[in-house]
Amino acid sequence: MTKLLKVVGLTREYPGVRANDDVSFSIGTGEVHALLGENGAGKSTLVKMIYGLEKPDAGFMKLRGGSYAPPNPQAARAAGVAMVFQHFSLFEALNVAENVALGMENPPKMRELAASIREVSENYGLPLDPDRIVGDLSAGERQRVEIIRCLLQDPKLLIMDEPTSVLTPQEVEILFKTLRKLQSEGTSILYISHKLEEIRALCDGATILRLGKVVGICDPKTTTAREMAEMMVGQTLHVPTREGGEAGEVLLDVQGLNFVPSNPFGTRLKDVSLRLRAGEVLGIGGVAGNGQDELLSVLSGEAKTGRGSVIFDGQDVSHMGPNARRRIGLLAAPEERLGHAAAPNMSLTENTALTATIRKKLSKNNFLNWKKTETFASEIIKDFDVRTPGPGSAARSLSGGNLQKFVIGREVLQAPKVFVVNQPTWGVDASAAAAIRQALLDLAAKGAGVIVISQDLDELMEISDHFAALNEGTLTAPRVAKGLTVDEIGLMMGGAHDMEVAG
Amino acid sequence: MIAIVKRPEPSKFWTIATPIFAVILTMILGGLLFAAMGKDPVAAIRTIFWDPLFNEQFAAYSRPQLLVKAGPLILIAIGLSIGFKAGIWNIGAEGQYIMGAITGASVGLALYPLEAWWIFPAMVIAGALGGFLWAMIPAILKTRFNTNEILVSLMLVYVAEQILASAALGFLRNPEGNGFPGSRNLSQIPWLSNPELIPGTGAHWGVVAALGAVVAAYVLLNKHMLGFQIRLTGESPRAARFAGVKDKLLVMFCLGTAGALAGLAGLFEVTGPAGQISIDFGAGYGFTAIIVAFLGRLNPIGILLAGLLLALTFIGGELAQFMLGLPSAAIQVFQGMLLMILLAMDLVVNYRIILVNREAA
Amino acid sequence: MDFGSINPVVLLASLMVASTPILLAALGEMVTEKSGVLNLGVEGMMIFGAVCGFIAAIETQSPTMGFVAAAAGGAALSMLFGLLTQIFLTTQVPAGLALTLLGTGLASLLGQNYQGMSPPRMPDMNIPVLENIPVIGPVIFQHDAIVYLSLIMVVVIWAFLKFTRAGLILRAVGENHTAAHALGYKVKAVRFAAIGFGGAMAGLGGAYISLVRVPQWTDGITAGIGWIALAIVVFASWRAGRVLIGAYLFGGITVLQLNLQAAGAKVPVELLSMSPFLATILVLVVISARRHGATSAPAMLGRIFHTS
Repeated sequence: MTKLLKVVGLTREYPGVRANDDVSFSIGTGEVHALLGENGAGKSTLVKMIYGLEKPDAGFMKLRGGSYAPPNPQAARAAGVAMVFQHFSLFEALNVAENVALGMENPPKMRELAASIREVSENYGLPLDPDRIVGDLSAGERQRVEIIRCLLQDPKLLIMDEPTSVLTPQEVEILFKTLRKLQSEGTSILYISHKLEEIRALCDGATILRLGKVVGICDPKTTTAREMAEMMVGQTLHVPTREGGEAGEVLLDVQGLNFVPSNPFGTRLKDVSLRLRAGEVLGIGGVAGNGQDELLSVLSGEAKTGRGSVIFDGQDVSHMGPNARRRIGLLAAPEERLGHAAAPNMSLTENTALTATIRKKLSKNNFLNWKKTETFASEIIKDFDVRTPGPGSAARSLSGGNLQKFVIGREVLQAPKVFVVNQPTWGVDASAAAAIRQALLDLAAKGAGVIVISQDLDELMEISDHFAALNEGTLTAPRVAKGLTVDEIGLMMGGAHDMEVAG
Repeated sequence: MIAIVKRPEPSKFWTIATPIFAVILTMILGGLLFAAMGKDPVAAIRTIFWDPLFNEQFAAYSRPQLLVKAGPLILIAIGLSIGFKAGIWNIGAEGQYIMGAITGASVGLALYPLEAWWIFPAMVIAGALGGFLWAMIPAILKTRFNTNEILVSLMLVYVAEQILASAALGFLRNPEGNGFPGSRNLSQIPWLSNPELIPGTGAHWGVVAALGAVVAAYVLLNKHMLGFQIRLTGESPRAARFAGVKDKLLVMFCLGTAGALAGLAGLFEVTGPAGQISIDFGAGYGFTAIIVAFLGRLNPIGILLAGLLLALTFIGGELAQFMLGLPSAAIQVFQGMLLMILLAMDLVVNYRIILVNREAA
Repeated sequence: MDFGSINPVVLLASLMVASTPILLAALGEMVTEKSGVLNLGVEGMMIFGAVCGFIAAIETQSPTMGFVAAAAGGAALSMLFGLLTQIFLTTQVPAGLALTLLGTGLASLLGQNYQGMSPPRMPDMNIPVLENIPVIGPVIFQHDAIVYLSLIMVVVIWAFLKFTRAGLILRAVGENHTAAHALGYKVKAVRFAAIGFGGAMAGLGGAYISLVRVPQWTDGITAGIGWIALAIVVFASWRAGRVLIGAYLFGGITVLQLNLQAAGAKVPVELLSMSPFLATILVLVVISARRHGATSAPAMLGRIFHTS
């Protein structure tokens, strides 16, 4: 294979961090190359430099033997480099064709563009209507918009950033067929992921990054997932343990719950039913945007639902607000850490007062006892190993993992009877993720009921007793997690929706 | 090459230092403006900031004016700051101020010539209520129909000005005023007036109320659950909902408080320094209070100081107009510049500016 | 009272004159908001444009130069807002308020020596043939160039946003600045341009008041029209055609109440004078009560964009 892209000694420094330190690797023509690493390993900085969004402080790149230093994404695209972003670079209020046009240098007239969108999308088994508004599309369909935007420019190198995190297992299969077809046509693909089995199934080579440096280059077909994981993390992993407890009495009973969110792009919950017993961990999977946020909000009390739809501990709580539910022991931690679970500019002490005043009795006659609040904040910091100078630090100064530990710790230490958490380990490094999962299992072992909503299926399989999936606002009947196959899980998540397999 | 990097936490030093730097920078730029108008910049700045307090000839008159002007500014700004902290943009304080004056004066004048100790307190309550109810219009429209409170509260200023005209020319016109517009002079009717409490200080009941509002706001924002919820809502509305904040009640509280305080300011003004309801009663305190609130960093103590400073520019501006022929509009420009410079300087509170020796970012 | 003194043809013709400043300012603000920037300084830019236009027209004795100067003045003032919000990353709401306070002060400072003067008259530009159509002719086709310009701008802006690539990029920046940046578009440059355009249009609108509508210079001449223009953008759900409807609706109310005042209607003058503002509030309520009214706003409206 001839080399398409060579990256030599790239270094990029931000104030206080060296995001990339002397990174070198290369991709051959028609090669699918994986870029592996934990959050914060420097993958996205590296990719941004290849795509012209950032400039290296040192080092250089060569494309097809020639010097390559794109000053901006337009130049990168002109050189044949295209990128599918993890958080889609799409415009919800615009239609598919307009979104595609924005990613092209010299787009044809809208009518011609619409025709070529139809043609290319049929060709690669990714059907798409160019006139639809992107805000109304599912996550999988949105990804198709991004991919087609790239394909229309006939790229030589396609960069894909965590493309499968929004897909069901069946949809992943379809995507892989598309990618293999591209590969057979001579397109190179730089594939960023931390899902090791996927990389083993798809990629020809892999470069592993840790803390901004290349720590290994390997052939994923011949390397085990465990070996790659340990290169990525740099240590042996602690796997959470749990004692199989007896399920107790029913703590949370949701029957026929319907909910229409006020956000027009939100997902309606349709006839959702679930039962959670003491000591049980219920895992809820599903592709992002299928009602996860809405389900959390109706359980936390941010959204109220029809009488009798949410019964907690024998009591109808469907009309109660968040604080009334906290008082009786129903606690929640939403997905978005900054701006939902915590206020970015406020101190950790103030963020403790955000949810803990009632159960920890931090106020008297509505006057806050800041001293007591600070003591509890310090307790959370200590018990959950939150790395921060102290409770006076602003929430936004913490790293994602540390803030997540704080948010989980804040609720767990209030001894909930039922704890609902959405994406507990999203964007958290492996050791912190393990600690958080352990804390959730310990909580269940002490007799609490725990609902974990997550898009990480491995995580759910690791800690759940029962598994259910959200699919377009409906929840499947929970099944015993042990022994579920990937295919069964995929079907619970809605299979391949309406995608077709690439021809 | 300069890079702007978000600080992990807002800088405490710059939070306090920026208003001071903004004032100094405004003095310099303002001086340049005055020089461009052919005035001696040093003399102008001295006339505005120094003479009202320390000039032997004028200080005796203008020193009490400081509290007279600062009182309503502080009172209104405290109310506005509570809303601004929660991200509720009431910019119609001028209207609430006018309505407070009209309702309060109406109660007093309706009882005229009755003489009783409770009339003035009743007027105070009526004034607060008038401002409160006027502010409830945008509050209810916002909570009920999600209507933008910025535009509604502002539109209501123009409506209030028309009601004021109607009051001065019609329903509150002095029947013994020989047909001249304007109400009876309330400050000259003992039971309806808001007198200077300590001679020579300018302190009237409005100043007392302003100081009380500063203390109450300080306690509210720093110690009370409601104040915490207000700050939380401003920082992150979604986190506030998660924390169980009842956002609609909060909107009502913030707008209502601001309205009541502005109404009080109007009532104390009409019964004291202004004396009567007249067409030009609205002197722009409601708008200048926005500057005061920001200059004071939405902090009660800061607002106290900022209110005094802005009051000084008013008095000094009048003095400069009288002494140097500096047009009154120049002071308005000066105040507008101060707010803009202060807002621009906010950058260093939340961001660090660093020099990077690299071509481009 | 004497409704007979109100001539419907004159009324409709003056409706177009009264609506033009609102229309110009609202169109400009709509473009600014489409790029994701909420500039509450419309009133300030208008009055500043009004004084710049007035002074230039007096000094050059050319109304055209007046309008050019007004557009330049409005745009120049808006650049202060651009500097504040795009470079200094200030929150847009207070920055807009500051702009209005500063603009009002500057206008009154600059205009103090021009009070009571009469500006050169803006000539009417009657459209041949069409002007002779009964009723419609005098109502629509016997106006000055700025009235036609404002109507042409409705079409131009509509077509610009709908059909051109630059318009698509402007909308994209207003919908999702992070994505636009990731695709390599210069978010701040686009927004500066949109802010400047909004300022120029507000300046034109202001000058139309001081040079044609009144025509004179007095302090506070814009009298809240800038704020009404802001409300009309909301009313119009960010669509050029509906901005036209909104502006003419409010122009109509203004003209009607002035005529009623002149005709000595048995309604208090104050009530008539406040009617445009009450109507604005009413319309805002009706629009915001319908849910999709709020969601057609550009998604990034009022948000600060900062990379790294």
